[in-house]
Amino acid sequence: MNHLPLIIKREYLTKVKNKSFIVMTFLSPLIMIALAAVVAYLSQLNNDKERTISILDETGYLKEVFQNSENTTYTDLTGLSLENAIALVKEKKDYGLLHIASVDVLGDATNKIKFYSEESPSLSVISGLEQKIEKRLKEEKLQKDGVTLAQIEASKTNIEIAQESYDGQKSSKADNVVKLIFGGAAGYLLFMFIIIYGNMIMRSVIEEKTSRIIEVIISSVKPIQLMMGKIIGTSLAGVTQFVIWSILGGVFMFVLGFIFNIDLLAMQTQQQEVAMQTLQDSGMEQRIGEFFIAFQNLPMTNLIIAFLFFFIGGYLLYSSLYAAIGAAVDNETDTQQFMLPILMPLMLAVYVGFFTVIEDPHGTVSTVFSFIPFTSPVVMLMRIPFGVPLWQQGLSLLLLIGTFVFAVWFAAKIYRVGILMYGKKPTYKELFKWLKY
Amino acid sequence: MNDLLVANSVSKNFGKFQALNQVSIAVPKGSIFGLLGPNGAGKTTLIRIINQITMPDQGAVFLDGQPLKPEHVRDIGYLPEERGLYKSMKVGEQCLYLAQLKGLSKTEAKARLKYWFDKLEIGDWWNKKIQELSKGQAQKIQFVVTVLHRPKLLIFDEPFSGFDPINANLIKDEILQLRDEGATVIFSTHRMESVEELCDHIALIHKSNKVLDGKLNDIKRQFKTNTFEVGLESPNKDKVFAEIQDKFEVLPATFRNLHDDIKLNIKLGENASPNDLLSFLTSKAEVHHFVEVIPSASDIFIQTVKNN
Repeated sequence: MNHLPLIIKREYLTKVKNKSFIVMTFLSPLIMIALAAVVAYLSQLNNDKERTISILDETGYLKEVFQNSENTTYTDLTGLSLENAIALVKEKKDYGLLHIASVDVLGDATNKIKFYSEESPSLSVISGLEQKIEKRLKEEKLQKDGVTLAQIEASKTNIEIAQESYDGQKSSKADNVVKLIFGGAAGYLLFMFIIIYGNMIMRSVIEEKTSRIIEVIISSVKPIQLMMGKIIGTSLAGVTQFVIWSILGGVFMFVLGFIFNIDLLAMQTQQQEVAMQTLQDSGMEQRIGEFFIAFQNLPMTNLIIAFLFFFIGGYLLYSSLYAAIGAAVDNETDTQQFMLPILMPLMLAVYVGFFTVIEDPHGTVSTVFSFIPFTSPVVMLMRIPFGVPLWQQGLSLLLLIGTFVFAVWFAAKIYRVGILMYGKKPTYKELFKWLKY
Repeated sequence: MNDLLVANSVSKNFGKFQALNQVSIAVPKGSIFGLLGPNGAGKTTLIRIINQITMPDQGAVFLDGQPLKPEHVRDIGYLPEERGLYKSMKVGEQCLYLAQLKGLSKTEAKARLKYWFDKLEIGDWWNKKIQELSKGQAQKIQFVVTVLHRPKLLIFDEPFSGFDPINANLIKDEILQLRDEGATVIFSTHRMESVEELCDHIALIHKSNKVLDGKLNDIKRQFKTNTFEVGLESPNKDKVFAEIQDKFEVLPATFRNLHDDIKLNIKLGENASPNDLLSFLTSKAEVHHFVEVIPSASDIFIQTVKNN
């Protein structure tokens, strides 16, 4: 008697029809967008703040680098004494005073340049000022050695190393960025999926225990069928939620774009001006082209197939453990001690993925972690865009499947005994004993 | 084959703890079989083994002559002591789901549910959620779900808990009717008066062992002590009392009757006939009350558990 479809259907429908699930599905994209908008608005507000910075330049040639910009006005206080200048700035409630001592700045600039202000100034303001002065001083020094401005301008170079594999495939730095984005997104998606829906499975097992229906159910179906039905049903609900989120996200972006069309255009022109400058500097057009090539360079078929297999394998591995935890305890507060051993490898996978894979996708650490079953789904998904030999993928997948089968067996044992155990919270030792019942 | 269910020296250990030790029972077809025992004796473990929730370490269970196999869950209806329903699921959906798990088709399940809901007058609960019902109401649903697939074997573990006396009677009548229609019932409870009322057979499990087994009447016969309650009336009762005490073993009695001149429990020797006692008594005084003391299920239970 196979009741699996029936159980999957019930689990799916209960999840999907649940009010909080529906609210979450439709509200979270709204909340996310609202949050993003608020953050964007706030940072905009911060940038828009106008400040006046006074300059007291005793060298006479540095002050000309401080050109008024949209948000910053520079006042020249040259001629005043330092004390007077500070008093004046204080009175005017300016943002601060930049003092450049007359003594030979070209020689040793240490302690010759100071910024006076009421509160400690923002990091970006200070580094902005530093950059301006550094540039001017460098030019000044070079000119002193007899180099003309034109020569300085002409000496600027931009090197971009072209990459090509032995079999002639061209790539660039843009390739790596695109690969990282793809691998990172895939790995992170799996991580989130496991956390969100693993917990959901666990709660649903606990619910069956606390409502005491479990014994009624397992007098009709095998516990492992119930467990698998639960896992699959919940996953399908999760996939549904993700699909709705992507669609809603797309629609919202479109609608928002439409409503704020004018604003966006205005913003774009601003950005374009900035962009144009950088474009001229580093050949942005070429870069955009590189990104497209990078896209085409991705091993798409491999990526999609591997994503499906590792995603399903990794998710099932973890969710069966979540189900076992749910079966072992009576209520959610008792789950903490069992959660740690599950979360640790998962977090490790994400950290290894984001730090070592970026550094060296085929290094020892990344390679080893892409074989360990508990970390392999996340790490391997991040590595695959960089090109992983098929035998490695196959071996890793084989290990994953092996562990998955073992984990399901293990979880089913715990589950079978645990769902009928009420009362005290079990210890690891007791869980181990249950395996032999 | 007269026995629907046979358990053959079933043993089960949980780690070092032995839950069942070589327990054998035979449940005759069409009977109501009381499975009794103190808390923690192993009843639930045995019931779970019959339901294939747990597997026995040793021994085997046969249903209708065949060793238990997965398909047999359709032939068994089980109302566990620890029971409940999905709280946020609607009554109708839930009943259909549970019925389908027992192998009924959706249409069949619907038709049978309609019959039962009409019979118990609970038709208007169909679209309610379980959490909106009272405990007793939810128990009724649970009962319907247990019997809906018309199993050959019904197992009720404390079926009356949570019911008021009226509903308990209603359920009791339904159980008797199901028995009359051919179902066999295993009935586990601590309420001895319902054992007295319902059971034909009983088995008593104590500390993982079966200590008593058989027809309830046979067991009672085994446990009777040949004691009789006697109520007499006589003008010179002290003399009569002394004469009786001379001839028989006399115990104090507490039964109720109208005349309370002399009230006695008289215990006869093993082969003595009650007729002899009666003719002796009639010659001495007027007999108003003469009843054999039959041990109650409760007495048997307590006595057996204490002696083991």
